[in-house]
Amino acid sequence: MDNLSIWTYSVVGATFALYIGIAIWARASSTAEFYVAGKGIHPVANGMATAADWMSAASFISMAGLIAFNGYGASVFLMGWTGGYVLLALLLAPYLRKFGKFTVPEFIGDRYYSQAARIVAVICLILASVTYVIGQMKGIGVAFSRFLETSYDVGLYIGMGIVFVYAVLGGMKGITYTQIAQYCVLILAYTIPAIFISLNLTGNPLPQLGLGSGYVENGVASGMSLLDKLDQVIMELGFQEYTTQKMGGTLNMFAYTLSLMIGTAGLPHVIIRFFTVPKVKDARFSAGWALVFIAILYTTAPAVGAMARLNLMNTIQIGPVGTETGNLKYEDRPEWFKKWETTGLLQFEDKNGDGRIQYYNDKNEDFAAKAEGFGWAGNEMVKVDRDIMVLANPEIANLPNWVIALVVAGGLAAALSTAAGLLLAISSAISHDLLKGIFKPDISEKAELNASRVAMAGAIVVAGLLGLHPPGFAAGTVAIAFGLAASSIFPALMLGIFDKRMNNTGAIWGMASGITVTMLYVFQHKGILFIPGTEFMMGMDPNWFFGISPNAFGAVGAIINFAVALIVSRLTVAPPENIQALVEDVRVPRGAGAAPHISAALDH
Amino acid sequence: MTPENRAAYWKANLGLLAILLTIWFIVSYGFGILLAPMLNSFSLGGYPLGFWFAQQGSIYVFMVLIFVYAYRMNTLDKQFGVDEE
Repeated sequence: MDNLSIWTYSVVGATFALYIGIAIWARASSTAEFYVAGKGIHPVANGMATAADWMSAASFISMAGLIAFNGYGASVFLMGWTGGYVLLALLLAPYLRKFGKFTVPEFIGDRYYSQAARIVAVICLILASVTYVIGQMKGIGVAFSRFLETSYDVGLYIGMGIVFVYAVLGGMKGITYTQIAQYCVLILAYTIPAIFISLNLTGNPLPQLGLGSGYVENGVASGMSLLDKLDQVIMELGFQEYTTQKMGGTLNMFAYTLSLMIGTAGLPHVIIRFFTVPKVKDARFSAGWALVFIAILYTTAPAVGAMARLNLMNTIQIGPVGTETGNLKYEDRPEWFKKWETTGLLQFEDKNGDGRIQYYNDKNEDFAAKAEGFGWAGNEMVKVDRDIMVLANPEIANLPNWVIALVVAGGLAAALSTAAGLLLAISSAISHDLLKGIFKPDISEKAELNASRVAMAGAIVVAGLLGLHPPGFAAGTVAIAFGLAASSIFPALMLGIFDKRMNNTGAIWGMASGITVTMLYVFQHKGILFIPGTEFMMGMDPNWFFGISPNAFGAVGAIINFAVALIVSRLTVAPPENIQALVEDVRVPRGAGAAPHISAALDH
Repeated sequence: MTPENRAAYWKANLGLLAILLTIWFIVSYGFGILLAPMLNSFSLGGYPLGFWFAQQGSIYVFMVLIFVYAYRMNTLDKQFGVDEE
């Protein structure tokens, strides 16, 4: 075993031991003392745990890679996944805390006085959560394949096994302290390499400022800003300008951001956290604290992305573009390059047989013509999976081995904690809302628990198998999940609080139409259940609806949901008196009951 | 609590939401997306301004918005006597 493997095994092992140790300690010591009825969890602690719960493989492993290759265009992820907290804090969190139930479908079932509404909410929740887990599986597969030096598929199978043990044993279940530990591991793992790299490239230790600082080349100030340098380096190879490159058109970026924001505020495993703070006013602050802890990673990510891209380009393009010795010799490729080749996520093909690596944009016709003049026969980096960038970044920047090991541990913490949280949301929706709530109210507690285990195992298998051919990079797949949540759950919750006249028929038709339209659009482009080859109506332009991509379509679905719900509710009878009184009551904090115990909330 | 009082509280709440959500919209969709190409002709340190809003600035503003909301609402609760004892 080489030095890096030893480091990786020890750091990953040590962090796992830490989580399990905390879980055991928190259970053995008097948990009740900590959560006595009505005391709940402190808003700062809850904010940190929410941040760990929420930041997943998409945020940790995938997002900076997408920023690296989409530049400005990837801003949709940054704004979308943070701006959603504003909606959550202002429009939902305090009211749902006041309402004081355990699950999101429970709120919908009660507010809309309808079991049918509850069932529709459960279906929407399962669709969104399973899609979300597929995204996590992609991230876990990438992390394990690199960590164990195997192919992506094998990494994914091993990941499935570990998630299964993790979630079913329940070591992670709702233990706030464990999540705080996970947050610390993942945020250190993210920021330490970023600080090193920022110091290296700009001399400024704060990545947030480093990205806007001057570029330092081999210890000498270049007189250019880092972003200008990056723009120059990639445009010389025919790529689009980093700081203005868009993802689709302006409308697509608008819709994409909106879809992620609304989705953030509609995802059940996040909402549930605000049910458990002591008071309504704490629910307001708690969302703010969660965003502070999330923002530490989110404001660092743009620097990680830009700097990773610059380092990657400089590794391969070692001299002036077009000169004989300007490109790295394949046999001189660094160690990390070889390791990622074994995973199949990085692939090189010597198209012109010169033994050197040419990495450029051969889709750019002008530049491709010019490249032919250099004797280049096409881009030879035939596969650079975006999801490897964060994990490869410290190696590309030649950071010490313990930093690289820490990043692997951080990525696993992010992916596993979120996957476990989502699986709990799925299993509780099936066992508590569907089985106990609707079909078999007299089910025994033991049978309910068994049902939830079976549901969890089923979700892991489905998500894992679909993760073999994920519909996109981890962050892209997760974006679809947000679109599904945006188009179904958020409008029903918001209207339930802000529109007293909203009735059961309106809410049901709204949710059903919103999610159906979104799902059909996604399946049309990405295949039914994301299975390749089952796309339909492909005669049409790929993004035919005003250039809005499937990942961004949740925004349109949400608008349809709102419109249908408002129209249908006005054409049908008003909700009964007691429901209108309930809405009035939810709107004021006074009289909020004690917070449910978080693990009780998750068990339900 | 009288129905009038209740209505006034809700109205004050909605007024606050309108202001905060307008700012929320302007910094992200406005400065970060729609107006970004124009703002990019200005720079903030080594950042083009529109790019900065999209990848840094809007996130800082979001944090401030939530804390302002929490403080204002807690004050309103007390003012209207609907806070939790």
